[in-house]
Amino acid sequence: MTKLLFDGSEWDFKTLDRAYAAIEEIALNDLGLDVYPNQIEIISSEQMLDAYSSLAMPLMYNHWSFGKLFAREETLYRAGYSALAYEIVINSNPCISYLLEENTMTMQALVMAHAAFGHNHFFKNNYLFRQWTNAEGILDYLSFAKRYVAACEERHGRDEVEAVLDAAHALMDQGVFRYRRPPRPSKERVIEKRRKRMEYEAEAYSELWRTLPAGIEPPTAPPTRDPDEEFGVEDRLPEENVLYFLEKNSPNLKPWQRETLRIVRNLAQYFYPQRQLKVMNEGCATFVHYTIMNKLYERGMIGEGSLLEFLHSHTSVVFQPAFDDKRYYGINPYALGFAIMEDIKRICDEPTAEDREWFPAIAGSGDAMAALKEAWANYRDESFIEQYLSPKVMRDMRLFALFDRADDPTYRVNAIHDERGYRAVRSALARQYDTSADPNIQVAGADLKGDRTLVLEHHMHRGIPLNNATKEQVLAHVELLWGHDVRLEEVAD
Amino acid sequence: MTHFIDRRLNPKGKSLGNRQRFLRRARAQIREAVQKSLKDSAVADLAKERKIKISTKGTKEPRFRLDPRAAGERDFVLPGNKEFSSGDEINKPRSGEDGGRGKQASDGYDGEDDFEFTMTQDEVLDIFFEDLALPNLVRTTLKETPAKTWKRAGITTAGSPNQINLLRTMRHAQGRRIALRRPSLKDIEKLEEQLEAAEREEPQAPDKIAALKEQLAKANARRKWVGFIDPVDVRFNAFTEQPVPTSQAVMFCLMDVSGSMGEREKDLAKRFYMLLHLFLKRRYEKVDVVFIRHTHDAQEVDEQEFFYSRQSGGTIVSTALDKMLEIQKARYATADWNIYAAQASDGYTQTGDARHCVELLNDQIMPLCQYYAYIEILDEREMEVFASEDSGAELWRAYRTVAEEWDNFATKRIARPSDIFPVFHELFRKAEG
Repeated sequence: MTKLLFDGSEWDFKTLDRAYAAIEEIALNDLGLDVYPNQIEIISSEQMLDAYSSLAMPLMYNHWSFGKLFAREETLYRAGYSALAYEIVINSNPCISYLLEENTMTMQALVMAHAAFGHNHFFKNNYLFRQWTNAEGILDYLSFAKRYVAACEERHGRDEVEAVLDAAHALMDQGVFRYRRPPRPSKERVIEKRRKRMEYEAEAYSELWRTLPAGIEPPTAPPTRDPDEEFGVEDRLPEENVLYFLEKNSPNLKPWQRETLRIVRNLAQYFYPQRQLKVMNEGCATFVHYTIMNKLYERGMIGEGSLLEFLHSHTSVVFQPAFDDKRYYGINPYALGFAIMEDIKRICDEPTAEDREWFPAIAGSGDAMAALKEAWANYRDESFIEQYLSPKVMRDMRLFALFDRADDPTYRVNAIHDERGYRAVRSALARQYDTSADPNIQVAGADLKGDRTLVLEHHMHRGIPLNNATKEQVLAHVELLWGHDVRLEEVAD
Repeated sequence: MTHFIDRRLNPKGKSLGNRQRFLRRARAQIREAVQKSLKDSAVADLAKERKIKISTKGTKEPRFRLDPRAAGERDFVLPGNKEFSSGDEINKPRSGEDGGRGKQASDGYDGEDDFEFTMTQDEVLDIFFEDLALPNLVRTTLKETPAKTWKRAGITTAGSPNQINLLRTMRHAQGRRIALRRPSLKDIEKLEEQLEAAEREEPQAPDKIAALKEQLAKANARRKWVGFIDPVDVRFNAFTEQPVPTSQAVMFCLMDVSGSMGEREKDLAKRFYMLLHLFLKRRYEKVDVVFIRHTHDAQEVDEQEFFYSRQSGGTIVSTALDKMLEIQKARYATADWNIYAAQASDGYTQTGDARHCVELLNDQIMPLCQYYAYIEILDEREMEVFASEDSGAELWRAYRTVAEEWDNFATKRIARPSDIFPVFHELFRKAEG
């Protein structure tokens, strides 16, 4: 009598169901994960390519840049340079995961554990996703965006729409609110406004008007001014969200162009948390699939062949080439996230003296899942690394920090993975994942009464300027949206 | 359970709209690339998928990027330390050899360079046609897939009722009836007769009557459950789709390769051949291409040499016609082959040769040919000089007389790719009709 869920690499829907049930059992009961309902869809490789080229969303408005992405991916894929992702998962409720039909059964199990439980738990629980993205509404919004852009193309022509989208895409990184939500008139203020208006109408009411012969209208009340508008644009500056500023204040845009900017801006905002959570998101999913697959093996539900296949693909996912390796392309978020999370587990279960000194709160607590869930819920990449990157992980990955000044012919090694360097390396790495290290561009002034020049400021961080070539191109796009001159000033910190 | 949804049968190619937008956007670059790629490819290879490499100019997506190489300072962390300890100095990689440093070091740069992608046959043809200014109707004719016809392909067990093969069906039914020993109507009648006789003649033998009755009942029952015809007997005629069998064609490409034919002239000529080849390809299953080049002497050569090698010498056009006749007689009998010829020249030939050409064409070649197209490649300035069809050099005037005589002889002067198509006007009009 065998408990094996499956045997061999072929899959069918019955086997998928069985495997899903077993994985769900472990995920919910053993790991105590908290997930959105799952919807798992099987797609072919062409459909995977399609999904790739629309920012991994199931729906997207049409734009040539997606076609370019598709052409590139397709060529790479057909030439065998790149394999397709095994899975795509969408932060929505229900959580949609796409599985590739070509995966073996072992891979399907791995991918279900990874996406449908790992990513899903993270989407549902991390504070950034909870605060900033609306998992319930995203698909509806995308379908609205697609229809809206298509309607605009029909009415105003493809070229017009393309120009606006091009410009908006160029400003996508500057189209997010990093620290606050878009200002919205508060409820009290709306009520207050309505009250004042009624008051005015009551005061201005005169019986005399009723005696006018039909056809002559009484003079209407002058519109009360929105308190917001009593301040000029200048009073609401500086503004970090350039797209938002243009949408609201550009003198020349037509309503549909403003709405298009809004669509791109909302999309940028939706993706913004994902950019701040790459390491944690992938680390969490990788940790979950690793734990679940091992548990399945321990319980005799997958065979040794499957275990080896899973380990092979797992190790290639978390492979981190050294900096001087040809394959090095930055720090692998899967590798870093997984290493830190595995280490948290070790610290909770078998702490060393070093761990007790560094992590007194969790060392030896014996409840790794509680510590991990706490981390998954309340941190983002930067703070997570600053808090949890342990000396052991730094030693294992042999991390070292370089100092780079543009004028020097050399880099200086500032700190390495040793007693003196741990804190410096950790902080430097954490900074690297801080999105405030993105170009900090703000709208500083808009001379609406004069020549209407828009002034953007780049607040330099440690003296690093913008790349000149791309700066000019982006500014051309801003000028198109603003309709008048645009100036960008570098401001030293 | 409702966890799984099979989307594999959903339509794919969702990004087709995006692809068209991209092609439109990069039109100029793609066009250049396609033209270059056409120049380098064989006449017969036009209608194929091809890889196109374009620069990302015009399809750039700029964003604000930091440029840490220009000024300022920063810290960054790398994995895989082997020999460094704090305080060491490491030489910066020179720009250009960025490889090992990865993304961190190249953050400030636009890493995009040329990129390659595959264009489908239709997309390539669209651009080719656009240059040639082909009328739309012709474009669709050319892009059409070859005609198909239904051919018998034996017998199957499934099909539509109107395709039932009665003979086979009945034969199977009969075999089954025999094998399962279905009593025939005659057998029943015989039994009934016997029973009747027994009842009449031997009413005192009830056993026999009962036995006969039972036999009759059994036979009737058996008739009922072994049907006369059963679904398993039914056979249908099967048909498969097959391309319309068309005969074969040979296309003679004749070109003057003397010094006066430069790069531009040859490129125009090549497009002219490509278009004819494309047309023939759609009409005939097999198309042979014969390349004959000539100066004062004609040779059959391969395509490479035809377009790229140069020969010096005078120009005697009739040698090429002689050569063509010779090859045709040796290898392409008119009974088996449809013969097409396309000749390109700059219009010069030795004095007196033109008359010889006319004789050859009128007496020998035109009776063999389905179509003969002649283009004279001029530069734009000459084009203005020879605005009228009637004026022109000796060869032109001579060929005009042939054209008057034969409907399937076309002549045209061209200076631009868009001039080529009218040469084939007649040909394509027939194709449409």
